[in-house]
Amino acid sequence: MPTRIPVVEKILSANDRMAERNQNTLDQADVFAINIMASPGAGKTSVILKTLETLQGRLRLGVVEGDLASSIDAEKAAAAGLPAVQINTGGECHLDAAMLSDALPALPLSEIDLLLVENVGNLVCPANFQIGTHLNVLIASIPEGDDKPYKYPGMYRDVQALIINKIDLLPYVPFNMEYFRRGVEVLNPGLVTFAVSAKTGEGMAAWTDWLVERVKTK
Amino acid sequence: MAIISLVIMHELAVTQSILDISIRHAKEADAKRVTDINIVIGQFASIVDDSVKFYWDLVAEGTIAHGATLHFERIPGEMTCEACGHTFRPGDISFECPACSSVQVRITQGEEFRVDSIDVE
Repeated sequence: MPTRIPVVEKILSANDRMAERNQNTLDQADVFAINIMASPGAGKTSVILKTLETLQGRLRLGVVEGDLASSIDAEKAAAAGLPAVQINTGGECHLDAAMLSDALPALPLSEIDLLLVENVGNLVCPANFQIGTHLNVLIASIPEGDDKPYKYPGMYRDVQALIINKIDLLPYVPFNMEYFRRGVEVLNPGLVTFAVSAKTGEGMAAWTDWLVERVKTK
Repeated sequence: MAIISLVIMHELAVTQSILDISIRHAKEADAKRVTDINIVIGQFASIVDDSVKFYWDLVAEGTIAHGATLHFERIPGEMTCEACGHTFRPGDISFECPACSSVQVRITQGEEFRVDSIDVE
């Protein structure tokens, strides 16, 4: 006769514990880390490169690259003299805490103020896997459409900042900003949001200034 | 097409996690075999039951949980209107309160993502 044992344990609790350890490692080294997530094509690469460009000289930067499709970021960061690590996810659809844990020893943490971690381009899976960064940042973009918060609520739930990229395309694409923001507000009340165009640079200063402030007041 | 393989990878990690949790609790109880695993998943937790089942035999083979039946309890998404107190299931394209049209609503159910219990012998 089988016996029932109560478990009541979050399915990804092991990952969450590992994420906590990562955050401790980062805190001890005084590194502020952000996890950048987006769907493929939202402009993660352009936003990251523009962010690095703007912040170079103001903060000591480091990059962890999880998106195989755009290893170009890690290469460019390394070419600019920034410490950069590429994680080979072996086709995984998300970074998990163990992967970041493997990447951290490969970085000179004592020489880094801000670590940008680029997650795999995907709006479903990364939401479930905390990796131990201080901020989760989601990049949405105008051409993706204004219904994304309604279709991928999980992704909008667990982030602490939202960047709406490609606002230079607003005149050409049907995108109801009010409808979009209404959905976001329900899922994540008061979420810090930046409307930017990585292409024209519009709005980027507000984002980078805010980020610098977060790093300094951590 | 790539999206299919992406989702499958995701569920593989989740399946492994379900197995690890179940085996750990079974061993703590000195059980010889896990027969059933009761999983609770909310509508907002993006997990495909079939994919988890698909991977189950693969990851559980050779363990004390081999052959265990997975039971999924799906918890529907639920929102509560802060303006009028009405509780409702959100639509696909709108989170508006159907009673008073307010958008001052909050998720009150549907984010569950846990192993609730296991049956062991």
